[in-house]
Amino acid sequence: MADIVLDKVTKSYPDGTVAVHGIDLEIADGEFIILVGPSGCGKSTTLNMIAGLEDITSGELRIGGQRVNDKAPKDRDIAMVFQSYALYPNMTVRENMAFPLRLAKMDKQLINQKVEEAARVLELTSYLDRKPANLSGGQRQRVAMGRAIVRSPKAFLMDEPLSNLDAKLRVQMRTQVSRLQKQLGTTTVYVTHDQTEAMTLGDRVVVMRAGYIQQVGDPQTLYDSPVNLFVAGFIGSPAMNFLPVTLESGLLRSPLGDLPLSDRLGSVLSAADAPRKLIMGIRPEHFEDARLVEGTDGFTFTAPVDLVESMGSDKYVYLNVDTRGGDTPASTDLAELAADAGGADLPEQNGLVTRLSAESRVREGADARVWLNLDKVHLFDPSTGTNLTLREEVAAG
Amino acid sequence: MNAKLKWGLLDAIVVVFALVPVLWIVSLSFKTTATLTDGNFIPRDWTLENYRTIFQTDQFVRALVNSIGIALISTVIAVVLGTMAAYAISRLDFPGKSLLVGVSLLIAMFPQVSLVSPLFDIERQAGLFDTWPGLILPYITFALPLAIYTLSAFFKQIPWDLEKAAKMDGATQAEAFRKVIAPLAAPGVFTTAILVFIFCWNDFLFAISLTSTEQSRTVPVALSFFTGASQFEDPTGAISAAAVVITIPIILFVLFFQKRIVAGLTSGAVKG
Amino acid sequence: MSIGSTTPGAAAAGEQTREQVRPERATRRKKPLSEGKRQERRLGWLLCAPAAFVMVAVTAYPILYSFWLSLQRYDLKFPDEREFVWFENYVTVLGNGYWWSAFGVTMLITVVSVVIELVLGMGLALIMHRTLIGRGLVRTSALIPYGIVTVVAAFSWRYAWTPGTGYLANLVSPEGAPLTERASALAIIIGAEIWKTTPFMALLLMAGLALVPDDLLKAASMDGASAWQRFVRVMLPVMKPAILVALLFRTLDALRVFDNIYVLTAGANNTSSVSMIAYNNLIRGLNLGIGSTMSVLIFLTVAIIAFVFVKLFGTAAPGSDDGSKR
Repeated sequence: MADIVLDKVTKSYPDGTVAVHGIDLEIADGEFIILVGPSGCGKSTTLNMIAGLEDITSGELRIGGQRVNDKAPKDRDIAMVFQSYALYPNMTVRENMAFPLRLAKMDKQLINQKVEEAARVLELTSYLDRKPANLSGGQRQRVAMGRAIVRSPKAFLMDEPLSNLDAKLRVQMRTQVSRLQKQLGTTTVYVTHDQTEAMTLGDRVVVMRAGYIQQVGDPQTLYDSPVNLFVAGFIGSPAMNFLPVTLESGLLRSPLGDLPLSDRLGSVLSAADAPRKLIMGIRPEHFEDARLVEGTDGFTFTAPVDLVESMGSDKYVYLNVDTRGGDTPASTDLAELAADAGGADLPEQNGLVTRLSAESRVREGADARVWLNLDKVHLFDPSTGTNLTLREEVAAG
Repeated sequence: MNAKLKWGLLDAIVVVFALVPVLWIVSLSFKTTATLTDGNFIPRDWTLENYRTIFQTDQFVRALVNSIGIALISTVIAVVLGTMAAYAISRLDFPGKSLLVGVSLLIAMFPQVSLVSPLFDIERQAGLFDTWPGLILPYITFALPLAIYTLSAFFKQIPWDLEKAAKMDGATQAEAFRKVIAPLAAPGVFTTAILVFIFCWNDFLFAISLTSTEQSRTVPVALSFFTGASQFEDPTGAISAAAVVITIPIILFVLFFQKRIVAGLTSGAVKG
Repeated sequence: MSIGSTTPGAAAAGEQTREQVRPERATRRKKPLSEGKRQERRLGWLLCAPAAFVMVAVTAYPILYSFWLSLQRYDLKFPDEREFVWFENYVTVLGNGYWWSAFGVTMLITVVSVVIELVLGMGLALIMHRTLIGRGLVRTSALIPYGIVTVVAAFSWRYAWTPGTGYLANLVSPEGAPLTERASALAIIIGAEIWKTTPFMALLLMAGLALVPDDLLKAASMDGASAWQRFVRVMLPVMKPAILVALLFRTLDALRVFDNIYVLTAGANNTSSVSMIAYNNLIRGLNLGIGSTMSVLIFLTVAIIAFVFVKLFGTAAPGSDDGSKR
């Protein structure tokens, strides 16, 4: 067991592309940390550098206080679970799990004991003599986990270990991975592109984009206080709604209507360098059917209902609002988010997603009166993507 | 039903096309001297005389030993060297890799006859002319590109993650090769060995140019020198029998390893 | 640009492939290499060295040596007359009718047999790939011509076409002797070549066929394409790389034609190929100078044809993707 420290770790390739830009990250002993981000954000490269499967171009990597930049993977004493599981097809489950121990020249009897123990924990005992080809996806995944845990390494590295499972099994295994990690208390670095997995599993989540760390924090912090447009859009499902707004004579001109400036927003925007054109972000659950919250503070507007998806516990209501506006401020963050979601290939999305109570009576095709919680609104600087609201909160202490 | 009939017919055409010349030489080998020139596709009188004759002549038995020995040795060496190179090409990153691939591609297309005259002279001077090594050397050379391509294709099918996993499990590069990749690669290596063996077994040009006596003549060459038991005897029967004998290993390979050979040839050729 | 809700995670399927596409491809790294990296390089060189050494030693050196020999008058029957004559041998060979006859024969055999093989091979590939019954049987039989020793097959054809002895001679031309006339002899040689190598061509093409997704063909037939249209419009374009590889390999292979001619006609009646007359000059004539000159000329011919092929069709060369890992 050990802590893992990345000190200005950079990965660049001979052709000049830089996959990881000098990232700093301290992973505490026993911590479960998630690296999350869209394709090409550098998360897998980072994991491979920790594993020793890729060279570190510059910077320093320390495991348990010791610099390991130049150590071969086998000398780092860390175990890895691969997306493809990477089970040796020519070996039985038992041999697969015993392999690292055999390489370590461990005593036969001890090996057996450890394998049996791991198999018991992972409920694989009755499959020990099967070949991987004769196992189900979930069982293979568990064997891969087993091979990692038998040797009690300093840390586990997991590269999208659940993404080859079907949806239901993935949820089950998620809980199991989480429980196992708590039980063993081994430092774990887990890479995924799935923000749900990131939110549910990790002690802390590292959101990455284009080789840079965007934000590090526990899941709730990331959700409540995203530092920029990218994190705001990446974390949460359905994603945060973004609307162009313009600050004009003390009001926020938005496609929803003119919003009054609350004290909170007012103080943000009074800052000298605040731009006049902004992007407003609102999470779907911060809307409500106006009928159900009569008298509560907030802003109410009317919009035609495009589609209602009833989830039982609540309703997703899609409103026809022109969220593109006439003179949308450009933001590369949003373009990238859209591209990551496949937005480039889809007809451009235009509209609001709201999550209303199940009791709501809004109907498709009719107009709905919708309430919006102004206290939860985020305002972003379109040129830098910075969350201005957050700055105010931090400043306010 | 109709479709099945159509395919059945096409299949039959292919089988006939492929087998008739083979059956013809088999038929000749069983004909008696008297009926040899009757032109019948099926022998009227069956005899084993031709086989008895060739196995009594030193000319054939010696050539058979040469063929087997030379082909086996060449195959083993080419496959071992090819396996090493193919592993490096498909798995490791090192400068000069693409050069090696390019060179072996060139050799695969090389006109072998262009090597015959210099090798003839070089081997004469080096004392390799008309010896086993004198043939093994060019065989290895021309078998290597085949071996490297086929094996690289097989190696590339082995999931890359396995090697990473082995490294993470504490193996060195060499251990990763020996304990994880090699067992998985064994079927590919075996298939390659068959292909290389067929190549060496088949060669005629080098064998006839770089040998001059029974000491190292292989069967295909010996066949072309057959004269029959006496000067005036027609060697057709003997040649046919000898031809059938050296076809047997090919037939066995094809019968038992059809799937592997097809996989080897197709995977090696399309995406190298 | 759109401002609206996005759903992250929906489209990250190609994730790990894209990120692992470029593993540490460090050829010109200036940074000091880590232990693992150096170990990998060393191992790479070590593993390739023997193969590379053998291949280069047995081809590069002799071909240079051959060029050197070709600049000399060097006849083993008159070893004393050995002298350096510059390009005189080339003048002799290129001014010789037999050489050009052999050159023409080689080209004829190559072009005709490769064209026919392509057509037959495509048919055979389709049969092997799609047949409903007896797939194993068809594939096994098709492999026999590929595997059989060329000399054996050549003898089979020779006896088949020998008057009296052979079933084909008696059937096709009962009174003639087809192997002793130039046109018919060449036809027989081409036939023997086609029989021997069509299966190989078919196997290469079958590998290309396997690359055609079934769904693509289904989609095409839903779109109303006939069987022929599916073949020409859908299959052929997808198979193009495989076809080019097959053509390249077979063309260069056909240019080497030797075994069949040696057994069938021994080069009589102007049926020699370039390989055949090079062999005759060298081993029968023991004229190393002329033999080497021919070797060099053949090498150049093949090099030019290969070059043209690769230039014309670009990516046809297999493995030319520098064998990158994937």
